[in-house]
Amino acid sequence: MDDLYKLPLTQAHQLLKEKKVSSVELTTACLSRLTRVEDKVHACVTICEDAALEQAKKADKVIRSGETKPLTGIPALIKDNMCTKGIKTTCSSKILGNFVPPYDATVVEKLKAEKAVILGKTNMDEFAMGSSTENSAFFPTRNPWDVDRVPGGSSGGSAVAIATDEAIYALGSDTGGSIRQPAGFCSVVGLKPTYGRISRFGLVAFASSLDQIGPLTKTVADCALVLNVIASHDPRDSTSAPYPVPDYTKALIPDLKKLRIGIPKEYFVEGMQKEVRTSIETAIKKLEELGAEIDCDASLPLTKYALAVYYILAPSEASANLARYDGVKYGFSYQDTNNMWEAMEKTKQFGFGAEVKRRIMLGTYALSAGYYDAYYLKAQKVRTLIRGEFDQAFQKYDALVTPTSPTVPFKLGEKVDDPMQMYLSDVCTLPINIAGLPAISIPAGFADGLPIGMQIIGKPFDEETILRIAFTYEQATDWHTRKPPI
Amino acid sequence: MKLSREEVEHIARLARLGLSGAEIEKFRLQLSDILENFEILKHLDTTDLPPTAQSIALQNVFRPDEAKPSLPAEDILANAPQRDSDCFKIRAVLE
Repeated sequence: MDDLYKLPLTQAHQLLKEKKVSSVELTTACLSRLTRVEDKVHACVTICEDAALEQAKKADKVIRSGETKPLTGIPALIKDNMCTKGIKTTCSSKILGNFVPPYDATVVEKLKAEKAVILGKTNMDEFAMGSSTENSAFFPTRNPWDVDRVPGGSSGGSAVAIATDEAIYALGSDTGGSIRQPAGFCSVVGLKPTYGRISRFGLVAFASSLDQIGPLTKTVADCALVLNVIASHDPRDSTSAPYPVPDYTKALIPDLKKLRIGIPKEYFVEGMQKEVRTSIETAIKKLEELGAEIDCDASLPLTKYALAVYYILAPSEASANLARYDGVKYGFSYQDTNNMWEAMEKTKQFGFGAEVKRRIMLGTYALSAGYYDAYYLKAQKVRTLIRGEFDQAFQKYDALVTPTSPTVPFKLGEKVDDPMQMYLSDVCTLPINIAGLPAISIPAGFADGLPIGMQIIGKPFDEETILRIAFTYEQATDWHTRKPPI
Repeated sequence: MKLSREEVEHIARLARLGLSGAEIEKFRLQLSDILENFEILKHLDTTDLPPTAQSIALQNVFRPDEAKPSLPAEDILANAPQRDSDCFKIRAVLE
């Protein structure tokens, strides 16, 4: 019973439902696992041991009354940019270091309504800006496959927590790859749903036209279960889509017959690591063996423009969203002056880290008089072209398959002083946010013990097809059963 | 595209972001480098294209105008850096 923490969500739910284990036992197992590995990986910024055990006791009562829903009594961790009432929500930033939200994000409400158990909050790149979790104002998170390497980011804490079995599932957010890239780097399943599929109410805003919440899980079936709960239309988020939510577990069909999968050649970029290419090519052959119709001549020629479009749009939106941290209503506030403007400037100077400042500067520049048309408007127009190119591709294909990242996890410190190199780590994931599509990263191999992720991209609001492909591949391989040496 | 020190200071002022002298120089070089990478977009003709602000076709989303209780003032003020009874205390805007 000591290794209950290893269970995937589907099995943990079954055992709870059959009353073979209790939520208190499961929660205790996860908490003690968390205590054992946290010193080595630093995935969490807040751990709520007592509150979690209280929630577990309440869940056990619900279970005894026979009303066990899929997430009832299951311990979860939440990225620290989603508001949790009464629990600090810091965005791994000094400026929100002591912020305790007075309300829950909609996704947190949804978990609580199922009587889920919230173990705590996970580390991230400050305000979700980064690809390595090194931009946390508190401490970097380490990759459990090699603790000298980064776990990816910005949802690095959530990905590591699942890879090390600290929790049964976790929530992350993805603006340009922040769920998928760390999922790939840590060998777990990470889904970025379609823009609008999940309410962002209570998600601290970074780039509002790109941000999306999604699950990080041990298996594809677990991913479908979590998505079932958190997908919804929410009147409090006017960008959430008023479309019905299907039962995603029904999409888990181990069969790829008649599915047309395109392999866009532009995603096999120059400078891509040889082992990543080989692994993804092997995975594609596997998909073909499993019945999919593969077309290796798919082409998305606008891919090379996506990086520039993203790094104009995301910082521009961020510079507007982060203007609210003025030290007046909440958060860190510089007090040592009587001048209002100086207080505001110093609050941001001492409250924000280097990458956040860099993006505020970049975004402010792109939106400023004289440059708006050349940068922001231009990027929005190219966005129209990029989306159109995907729409066209999806007339021919049911899904597209690419590597999640061009390399395996890199060393800590390797890219911190070279922002352009860091940005290139997301080159395969950020076009998907620009177009607002759903995409999932699943474990697809290793190079010298370091994980490689495969990205499957779907049509808008067709999470079902990518879940089906991911599930079929997972059933036929055993990458997801490997655990890091920690 | 090389930014000048004055341009960097101007942008920081627009953002109301304080920067040290070292930060100004660092961002001058890094932002110049990043902006150079944006030049690639000039190769695309986008003359008659509409811009895309976000990727789902929702416009003018309304909800019924129903009065609902707000969060309790005490809960909101609990995060205030400085307060005076039921108000946020701030510095003088006009001197």
